[in-house]
Amino acid sequence: MAEAKRAKSNELGKEEQLELLYYMLLTRTLEERLEALLKQGKIVGGLFRSLGQEATAVGSAYALDAAKGDILSPLTRDLGAMLVMGATPKEVFAQYLARGSAPSGGRDQNLHFSDLKRGFIGTISPLGTLVAVMNGVLLAARLQGKKSVGMVYVGDGATSTGAFHEAANFAAVQGLPLVIVAENNAYAYSTPTTKQMRILNLADRAKAYGMPAEIVDGNDVVAVYRASRRAVDRARGGAGPSMIEVKTFRMRGHAAHDNQHYVPKELVEQWRKRDPIDQFEKSLKGSKVANKAEIDEVRRRAGSIIGSALAWAEDQPAPLPETASSGVYRDDLRQR
Amino acid sequence: MAAITLLEAIRQGIWEEMERDQRVFLLGEDIGVYGGAFKVTEGFYDRFGEERVIDTPISETAIVGAACGAAMMGMRPIAEMQFIDFISCAFDMLTNFAAKSRYRQGIGIPIVVRGPCGGGVHAGPFHSQNVESFFLNTPGLKMVEPSTPYDAKGLIKAAIRDDDPVLFFEHKLLYRNPKIKQEVPSDDYVVPIGKAAIRRAGRDISIITYGAMVYTALEAANTLQQDGIDVEVIDLRSLNPLDREAVGDTVKKTNKVIILHEATRTGGIAGELSAIINEDAFDHLDGPIVRVTSIDTPVPYAPPLEEYFLPQVDDVLKAARSLAAY
Repeated sequence: MAEAKRAKSNELGKEEQLELLYYMLLTRTLEERLEALLKQGKIVGGLFRSLGQEATAVGSAYALDAAKGDILSPLTRDLGAMLVMGATPKEVFAQYLARGSAPSGGRDQNLHFSDLKRGFIGTISPLGTLVAVMNGVLLAARLQGKKSVGMVYVGDGATSTGAFHEAANFAAVQGLPLVIVAENNAYAYSTPTTKQMRILNLADRAKAYGMPAEIVDGNDVVAVYRASRRAVDRARGGAGPSMIEVKTFRMRGHAAHDNQHYVPKELVEQWRKRDPIDQFEKSLKGSKVANKAEIDEVRRRAGSIIGSALAWAEDQPAPLPETASSGVYRDDLRQR
Repeated sequence: MAAITLLEAIRQGIWEEMERDQRVFLLGEDIGVYGGAFKVTEGFYDRFGEERVIDTPISETAIVGAACGAAMMGMRPIAEMQFIDFISCAFDMLTNFAAKSRYRQGIGIPIVVRGPCGGGVHAGPFHSQNVESFFLNTPGLKMVEPSTPYDAKGLIKAAIRDDDPVLFFEHKLLYRNPKIKQEVPSDDYVVPIGKAAIRRAGRDISIITYGAMVYTALEAANTLQQDGIDVEVIDLRSLNPLDREAVGDTVKKTNKVIILHEATRTGGIAGELSAIINEDAFDHLDGPIVRVTSIDTPVPYAPPLEEYFLPQVDDVLKAARSLAAY
């Protein structure tokens, strides 16, 4: 695992930009491998790809500082954010393969796992809930005298939940150092944003809570980073919560079973031309930050980590059936 | 030492825990400056300040969600539901986040969600409910309901110190009832979660109950004594986990059992206890397991309707006399 360096300021040096590229490539390569495993029938359950959204996850998470106790809660399509915070490909493979040595011990799926030390709290399936939980994380930090910032991700669909509205309002009233990353990828499962809301931007929702919001191109990793960094600095400075709406596009169906026939083909083609990794590589070369050989080296590094992680995960045994019965309470109650 | 009410006992328990442990803090609606709708947290705001006594918007999901997040980070939050009826607004946070977190990801959620429950005060369908059955089917939560000031103080302390989420039900009919005032020890004590108490020892019939119905059972037991029926009254105190040993022991002793509760009948705790008795003590039964509960309707408002709805002493007497005849 590469050690995230984290930029000291809004401006990114060469090393940091290559690191952003690395995490995006790591995300995509990992998911491509997961898709291959799914086709081989090895994945237990569904697969939720973040294809086309790698920049939003990586660019936003990169603005946090784990050394200051920053913490995030990603969605299932924010694998890149988990990786930036130090989640490993080994853990992700073991989760999807439902192995006993997976972080959840085979008790929960995909990215539903947490590590408070590394600074990530896995989501649960009812959406919007983790905004409320993150408020509590930040209340705790305040009572403990820490300057931590919390970042929580919601999709366009989750912004319709009561949990989201209650929690966004609560964060504003309490002036918590929260950054809400609202990922507008145009569809919630099959439902377009036009059937989700009568406003054009998710960012407009923030106004109702007296919370500033910024709209950013979600396929431009540097733009996402800069906006996130502004929001993080603002939160750490005591100015309260804010929202970033990242405009992006879900390039696959909701999960692997969904061929997204409901999405106009032209729209997919338009967004394919705006692939976040292709765009960033072009920009790195065009601005002479990195040459082809250097970019190829980053790609090779990501691929090699994925290969060894998968080999490890496939060797791991399934959980023992009887382990299902323990761990509900600290002291197990009588089961039968 | 003065005798105190059940409400005062809860107040003292929380107060002492907040003095003892900086990690304990409160959040809820109108709990700060106002001191809570029932004044359980009166004076807390002045003593502990607005960061530890947080007045929140009317947002039960946000309240319980924030409690969960803070608990994950090492705090010991206590969330007040202004009436326990409103806990349904936080159902998802409790059943899907709090209850599952330890199992899914090894992170315990030591929160207390507390509030006034129960009927008998003509408060209608939304301020009178008993919600334990909604949560009994959710592994990962604990539930307690004290019936005495001593237990109230000891159980609230146990709940705050517990490493798992605890729902703490406070019967509003008992809050200020002068008849149940008690002296409680001034030194620190806890009442362990999961242990029932024998409120009255007897040989002929067991009444297993909890909350305000403990007093209905005791009143019925006094009348039945005059008929020569010697009743044992078990106060569960803890609704999850249920004290299987205590339940088994009393059934083995009296061989006849009535389960009495104020919550509605279908899917209630009486049904679960009945199954437990079948599993643990079937051979010891000398008669059918009898349920005395509220009827399967919302809690009605008008006094005659509510009286009809709630189990009365007469209902218990009738059930006991019929069971005694076996």
